[in-house]
This record gives sequence, structure tokens and C-alpha cells, in this order.
Amino acid sequence: MAKSVALTGNIACAQAMRQIDPDVVAAYPITPQTTIVEEFSQYVANGQVNTEYVTVESEHSAMSACVGASAAGSRVMTATASQGLALMWEVLYIASSYRLPIVMHNTNRTLSGPINIHCDHSDSMGARDSGWIQIFCENAQEAYDSTIQAIRIAEDKRVRLPVMVCLDGFIITHSIDRLDMIEDDEVKKFVGEIEPPYTLLDPDAPITVGPFDGLHGFFPEFKRDQELAILSSKDVIEEVGKEYGQLTGREYGLFDAYKLEDAEMALIVLGSTAGTAGEVVDNLRAQGEKVGMIKLRSFRPFPARELSEVLSPLKAVAVMDRSFSPGGEGGPVFVEVRSALFENVDRPNIINFIYGLGGRDVGIADIEEAFSRLKRVSDSGTIEETVGYLGLRE
Amino acid sequence: MSWDFKDIKNWKTGDHPIGSIIPEPATAEQYKTGGWRSEKPIWHEDKCTHCMICWTFCPDSSIMVDDQKMYDIDYDHCKGCGICATECPKDAIDMEPEEK
Repeated sequence: MAKSVALTGNIACAQAMRQIDPDVVAAYPITPQTTIVEEFSQYVANGQVNTEYVTVESEHSAMSACVGASAAGSRVMTATASQGLALMWEVLYIASSYRLPIVMHNTNRTLSGPINIHCDHSDSMGARDSGWIQIFCENAQEAYDSTIQAIRIAEDKRVRLPVMVCLDGFIITHSIDRLDMIEDDEVKKFVGEIEPPYTLLDPDAPITVGPFDGLHGFFPEFKRDQELAILSSKDVIEEVGKEYGQLTGREYGLFDAYKLEDAEMALIVLGSTAGTAGEVVDNLRAQGEKVGMIKLRSFRPFPARELSEVLSPLKAVAVMDRSFSPGGEGGPVFVEVRSALFENVDRPNIINFIYGLGGRDVGIADIEEAFSRLKRVSDSGTIEETVGYLGLRE
Repeated sequence: MSWDFKDIKNWKTGDHPIGSIIPEPATAEQYKTGGWRSEKPIWHEDKCTHCMICWTFCPDSSIMVDDQKMYDIDYDHCKGCGICATECPKDAIDMEPEEK
């Protein structure tokens, strides 16, 4: 039985954690993530969960404690953002290479400086190559649903990798949103019991975790194997998303194609901007414009082939990047989407908009501006500006 | 489970255990690091009082001790850092270049 509630995105995530009841949570507070672990620590204090809650002195320690607990065979969760994720950086690679199914919320916040606590995707994108699965959410409902699914994806035998559930700082984390929660026992049944591939603390079968592998070992083969695991997570993300859909009526995949069937132009967005962009798509459709949108859910693994298939019939595509790579040729999402399309003979013209850095608001007018600039590309068949900005004063 | 890595140079993708774990404990001893050494500690048994200061300081457990007495240096693992020679209060350990 589902029940409708009004919660902030962070409390919705904490509630999902309560229902999952992980064995260990090790976390350090950081804006805008703090209220997830603050709320969850109350569930621990109230005895509503059986979790061992480890308070630590930094995010580096938080992820290190998670690695230890997960290597011991526990189901482990944590949460962070921004500078906290940056401080975890070296340990992120340890978690993924040890194939530890840690699930972590990253409440997207930019990286300083100037000091800024607001949303963009610089933090997640900085950890893009760390071997973690990265799932982006549009609203509190998706953050709640994806948290529950992330446990199953991470622990699947074909995957066994950590998962980062990304939700936009403040826009999702601190806004009260309506969402449907499923019952505690339904969540417990859906996530099941963890079956770790190895455990650090079995006295009958002692093992060594984290050994050295030098020039004459198997490092490249090991990394390729890790890559095969994250690539095979594509199927798992879709399977788990379907099964969750059967349970709740809300089905999930690698991305969501919105009004794309006969579209000539489309935006590709991550996170909360999909809500605003969807509204603009509806408005423009009402005026007879053939526009659509792709809400990219899984950035790692990146669904290159799948995106290429649905984007090919279009005339023009704009990728919205809420982070950028100074000195590079566009934002991280743009670079990958354009690369995915490159081998198609009939590929659409593709441009990039950098927007919303450091929490710069993006409204209906900004998305309309994006579509209007995209329409010039679509109509003329030529690109004047490959990488442009939205909402920038210059 | 025993750890058989004799063929490690030929391992292909997926041949290794998941997460690069080693399915047995305390395997560092099998990894001989003595080849890293550029200087070698020489122990003078006649000057040694078996105070165990070198044993305490050695970062590689390379001072070999039996029944509270030093009897040799483990050259398979000693990396030649020279801490033992520096700390020895009786000058019972000298460092000399490896190539000699």
C-alpha cells in the first residue's frame, strides 16, 4: 500500500534509508546533505533501525569506514556533497575497485571558490571516472525510488559496484515535495538480504583485501573487468527499474524520453531541470512546435548506443550541462552525447548550453531561450555557437 | 583456498579474484622486497648486546630474532633504509653499498 506524503528530498532519502535499514552508515555532515544523516541519526537513536552509525571526523574517514564495513560484508550507506565528495575522492576509487556495493547520496553542490553552497553538478562530474554508478534524480520521488533501487543495482552479482544517487542541492534536497512511499515490508522484500562475494571478518576463511599489484601483475585486466561490470549494470538498472515499476507503477530506465516520437528538436537534461524543461516542452507542443526532451538518469554507465538510437531521427539537439570543464570543448554530458552520435551518418546538429552554475536559477524563460537558439540551428542546419551559456551576464 | 599466482603474468581479464582480494591472509612475506636495496646492513655479532633496539625500529620486520637474541638480517625483505644502523647504540650494524 502506497501512502502519499509531503517531504523534502533529503527527508525522503532518509526515510528510504530507514526502510532499507542498512547495517552500517558512516557519514559526515555537509550542506546541503546534512539533513539526510541528521534525520537518519534520529532513527538510529530512536531504535527505528538496527544500523551501526559511525560518526567520523571527515568525509575521507566516512568513505574509509564505509569501505571497511562493506568489505566485511555489511550493507553500507552514506551521503555527501561538494567539498565532502572531493575529500572522499581517493577512497571512491578504492570502493569501486574492491567491488563494494556502497550506496551514497550526493546532494549536488558546486565546488568552491568562491565559496558557494548551491547546486550544480561539478561534484558528481569530478567523480565521473571513479568507477561508481551515477544516477541522477528529478525530484524527491525519484530520489526516494532510486535509493531503494540503488541497493539492488549495487549488490547484483553482475555488478557489485558502488552507486551514487545524485539529487540537486536545495532544489530537491530542501524543497517539500509530494511523493508516494511504499510500505516498510515491501521495501525490505524488494531489497532482500545482501550476499557479499567475500568477507573480511570470517576467521574460517581469512583473506587479504587491498593488496599490491605492480608492473608484472594484472592491473589492466583488473580495470577492464571493472569496466565490464559497470557496463553490465545497464541491464541491471533497467531490470530493477522495471521490477520497481511493477511494484509501484513508477518504472525507471537509463533515461526517460519525453514527447520524442515525432520531435525535431530536443534538450538533454539531468536532475531537477527536467521538471522545468518538461513544462516548456508542453507549452511549445501546444503551440505546434515539434520538441521533446531526454532526461538522462544514468550518467555512469553512459547509455551511448541507446541515446544514439533515439536521437538520430532529430534535426537538432541541445545538451544542458550544469557543470563545465574549463578549457575543454563543452560540458561533460555534451562531450559524451556528441561522441555517441559521431558515427551516425544522419546525426542531428548538436549544441551545448552551460547553465545554472553555483545555483544560478534556471526558469521557464531560460529553457525557452535554449529552445529558441536550438530552433535557429534546426531551421538553418548550421551551428553558429557549439558551446553557449544560458543566464550568463556578459 | 590457496593463493596460486605463479601464472599471474598470463592472467586474462576476469581471471583474478573479485575486488583483487587474495584468498589467504599474511601474504606480504611472499613478496620479496630485498631487491629494492642500494645499501646493505652488516651485523657485527661481537659488538651486539641484543638490546633489541634495531628489532623495535626496523619497519620491515627484517631483524631475525630467536629466543630474545638477534641471529641474522632477513635480506629477502630488508630495503636497506639504515634505521637499524642509525639507532644501534653499540655500532654493531654498518651500512655498505650493495654493489661492493
